[in-house]
Amino acid sequence: MKKEEVPQDESCFSHTNMKEVVYAVDKDGKYGKALSSGWEAKTIALNESLDLIEEQLQETIQKIKEGELSPIAYYMESQRMDVVVLSGYVGIWQWKVKRHLKAKTFKKLSDKTLKKYAEAFEISLEELKNPKI
Amino acid sequence: MKINFEHNQSAHCENGVVSNLLNYNGLKVSEPMVFGIASGVFFIYIPFIKVNFAPMFSFRPVPGFIFSRVSKRLGFKIKRHKFNSKEKAQQTLDAELSKNNPVGLQVGVYNLTYFPDEYRFHFNAHNLVVYGKDGGDYLISDPVMPQVTTLSAKELEKVRFAKGPFAPKGHIYYPTELPNDVDLKKAITKGIKQAYRHMLAPVPLVGFRGIRYVAKRIRKWPDKIGVKKTNHYLGQLVRMQEEIGTGGGGFRFIFAAFLQEASVIMENPRLAELSVEMTAIGDQWRDFAIDASRLYKNRSRETDAYNKIADKLDAIGLAERAFFLDLKRAIK
Repeated sequence: MKKEEVPQDESCFSHTNMKEVVYAVDKDGKYGKALSSGWEAKTIALNESLDLIEEQLQETIQKIKEGELSPIAYYMESQRMDVVVLSGYVGIWQWKVKRHLKAKTFKKLSDKTLKKYAEAFEISLEELKNPKI
Repeated sequence: MKINFEHNQSAHCENGVVSNLLNYNGLKVSEPMVFGIASGVFFIYIPFIKVNFAPMFSFRPVPGFIFSRVSKRLGFKIKRHKFNSKEKAQQTLDAELSKNNPVGLQVGVYNLTYFPDEYRFHFNAHNLVVYGKDGGDYLISDPVMPQVTTLSAKELEKVRFAKGPFAPKGHIYYPTELPNDVDLKKAITKGIKQAYRHMLAPVPLVGFRGIRYVAKRIRKWPDKIGVKKTNHYLGQLVRMQEEIGTGGGGFRFIFAAFLQEASVIMENPRLAELSVEMTAIGDQWRDFAIDASRLYKNRSRETDAYNKIADKLDAIGLAERAFFLDLKRAIK
């Protein structure tokens, strides 16, 4: 990549003062750092993945409304977590967390357990029981 | 309390922390030099580990390897601590800072308040340097940021004790016992040798074979898993190749910069020629990313389009094979 070819496209850090370092050659072929404000090809890839996360979240919301999944599934996905990460934050075994994602099991959970989840998501117990979705 | 620490923005967080910490301790090595000595150039495809619903591709070694390889090859030691107790983690940090010792920290990205929202994932192998404390705030030098910044004690504790895979557990590290003179030539030779050994490894999912294997899979994916999933997998590949920290082209440009620098130190003009070749390969990777992004933007359904981009990736695999064979000859 030549320094004049370093892309300066719009990206998610266009609205901040952040730029990222890339390595590129100058006219004499000497390497050095150059700053890029973003690159379209990369932004498209990132947006594709964010869209997928959003799509997944909508599906989950639907399933919660249908009484299949619990609000834990919603908060987990909206904070971009998966079972492994969430299990780490609440200190509960993964297989148990997986069960807590089901609406049926969720109803039987004690406030003590629910509190662990609320703390991990940084929300109140009330918000966990009645999510605004 | 503020340590007189020089912040240099770098492409990759781990290279950057190592380079900045070594510079502070009187050992001047650039980011590409750190990367090259640590044999940072790499490729691996891990189909059985799924990240964000897609298989894992990586253009670099496991986090942490860069620092440990550099320390081994340049002959210094690293002191590392991990903690179960958050209080102890902060006490140790404060104690090091009061000894005028800037330290590296492993942190989780998700709660880094200064990162743009789009980049906040639960990725726990980010690195930054703490170089002082101002009241309740810690002074932070995050190598991928243009300027230094601050985090409150609470915010720092949160990222140091992020959970999930690679959980940092307050991991703090700093170099000790730096040698008076280092044998850069020997370190460079070792770095290059391991790089070509890995890239030419007789293992199907690693190095140039891994790249060619992915190319083969791309031809089959549209029929096997559908166009939508194929596009998502390609998107993952492009993101891994171009995420913050690669310096562009899946680290290929940083490696080319390293070869150019190494050519002078080793008095080996062949390495400078190879640097030019590596730049061309980096450009090929960028081309591939552009084509891939067009594919999932236009949602093209013709399988021929996938064959074409598979051809392109296969050509990259072959080019890297030829390149690393040449590199092997050049270093003998």
